[in-house]
Amino acid sequence: MIRVENLRHVYKSSSGDKVALDGINFSIDAGEFVAIIGTNGSGKSTLAKHFNALLLPTSGKIFVDGLDTSDEKNLWRVRENVGMVFQNPDSEIVAAIVEDDVAFGLENLGIAPEKIRERVDLALDAVNMSDYKKFAPNKLSGGQKQRIAIAGVIAMQTKIIVFDEPTAMLDPQGRREILSMVKKLHAQGKTIIYITHFMNEAAQAQRVFVMEGGRIIRDDTPREIFTDVREMKRLGFDVPIAAELAERLRQKKFKLPPKILTANELVEALK
Amino acid sequence: MISVKDVSYTYMTSTPFEKLALKNISFDVTDGEVLAIAGHTGSGKSTLIQIVAGLIDLQSGSVVIDDLPVADKKIRRLVGIVFQYPEHQLFEETVESDIAFGPKNFGLSDAEISARVEEAMRQVGLPAELKKVSPFELSGGQRRRVAIAGILALKPKYLILDEPTAGLDPLAKENLLKEIFGAIKKSGVTIILVSHNMEDIARFANRVVVLAQGKILFVGTPRELFSQNEILNRAGLEPPAVTQILRKLNITENALTIDEAEKIILKHCPRK
Ligand SMILES: Nc1ncnc2c1ncn2[C@@H]1O[C@H](COP(=O)(O)OP(=O)(O)OP(=O)(O)O)[C@@H](O)[C@H]1O
Ligand SMILES: Nc1ncnc2c1ncn2[C@@H]1O[C@H](COP(=O)(O)OP(=O)(O)OP(=O)(O)O)[C@@H](O)[C@H]1O
Ligand SMILES: [Mg+2]
Ligand SMILES: [Mg+2]
Repeated sequence: MIRVENLRHVYKSSSGDKVALDGINFSIDAGEFVAIIGTNGSGKSTLAKHFNALLLPTSGKIFVDGLDTSDEKNLWRVRENVGMVFQNPDSEIVAAIVEDDVAFGLENLGIAPEKIRERVDLALDAVNMSDYKKFAPNKLSGGQKQRIAIAGVIAMQTKIIVFDEPTAMLDPQGRREILSMVKKLHAQGKTIIYITHFMNEAAQAQRVFVMEGGRIIRDDTPREIFTDVREMKRLGFDVPIAAELAERLRQKKFKLPPKILTANELVEALK
Repeated sequence: MISVKDVSYTYMTSTPFEKLALKNISFDVTDGEVLAIAGHTGSGKSTLIQIVAGLIDLQSGSVVIDDLPVADKKIRRLVGIVFQYPEHQLFEETVESDIAFGPKNFGLSDAEISARVEEAMRQVGLPAELKKVSPFELSGGQRRRVAIAGILALKPKYLILDEPTAGLDPLAKENLLKEIFGAIKKSGVTIILVSHNMEDIARFANRVVVLAQGKILFVGTPRELFSQNEILNRAGLEPPAVTQILRKLNITENALTIDEAEKIILKHCPRK
């Protein structure tokens, strides 16, 4: 579904060239749920913007559904396949009222008005923002803006959805709601790419990429990655709290099964 | 000391979109304290702290800071606020000039300004080589750090932070929290922290104000808050993850940190 070959991205700027992606290779199958974690500036958003051809490789290739993103002829078909929730919801606001903002991408796809309305209503409902349909997006609170941005992408009904830190500004229940919505989209067959700084969210994906300095330094299941507690800490990363607590208890001579990742697994083992 | 009395606020009064954002809010922040503000999306947190910082004009009630009404211009020197999306306030050509902007307006000497820029960059964990880079060429988390550094460089007596660690990677976040609640707090700064992160509130706040639909639902210590499920639920909050694990183990004691949780489990669970 997505294939990345020897991808490099170099930003040219006043202060000189900046290598943001440095030799990335992977492929993601249709229907996979991949989380990407990594330090600030490691290249996550730069990589994400390559999936829908907002950025093009300096060298190397990306194929989405077999389409080469750097071929201009493919641009619209790539964008029809890949929806993206940006890191900064404010920069995305394009319309004066919420429902138009959510509809924006659909209008560009040439979908009939009544279909658009239906999809917008569904999407606003999915993020619990139906009451704010007629509101001005720039007058919403931080978390409300984040929900609107997510609705905009759900309405597009693309096969692949890229989320760039969608829950950064949400309260704990809001984070839970969005993540379970993402899992629902995944269960419906969508391919999900989910960038986050919350390790417990990444732990719920099927596969995790760990990025550092423009490279993917690990690509494995969350269980393999996050139960390697000491190594992750050494690299300056965090792990879900249950995995860390399990590791600490093992040091205190608790006999726990290996590779405990979730709170429920830890509780089961301690009971 | 900051004293907030009977503050109410309505957006877009007498329009169809009229929105009561705050209702009869009163609380004090004592010097040297860390006061957290928590609550559901849209509960009024950002509105409240902007009123406290004098950036939104009062409609009713009063805010008094060190005996000055909040409308007094002298307040501007006392209070530094980091907005929820502070990266939107970046506009200078380089990281260095952006951080220096506030201190320059205070009329500080060049030497003092550059010392403060350096210190603030260190406090937020920005490497010195980023000084001459444009803030628009940084990643989201790096930009946020520049914005926070710009406020730290003002060395305010009252520091108000709206979700300061959102978007920071775990290590950067931990270092920034240690800086703010370590050295900066010890230097006598009083801090108001708006946060969705219950772990951070548990670790650093002396007291928490919980808002729900513009009203105060709870004021007390984090420990008290996390033992009140009903309030947590109504406010869209959850106890820290470690406390949730203890609950699942049927342990009634509350842990605020992973260290505490470890000790409690050592006490209660047999080492099979
Ligand atoms: N427009 C740009 N011009 C020049 N350099 C850039 C630009 N955007 C990003 N960079 C640089 O590229 C690198 C990767 O940035 P990117 O935004 O992909 O990081 P990220 O992993 O998403 O970080 P964060 O967790 O902070 O969002 C950073 O070093 C950044 O400074
Ligand atoms: N400029 C504005 N005009 C009209 N209504 C507004 C404006 N700013 C905020 N509101 C509304 O006032 C309420 C409180 O918003 P506020 O930004 O204070 O919430 P918050 O608690 O900071 O939320 P979050 O956790 O999402 O940041 C929300 O319902 C919001 O929609
Ligand atoms: Mg990013
Ligand atoms: Mg807010």
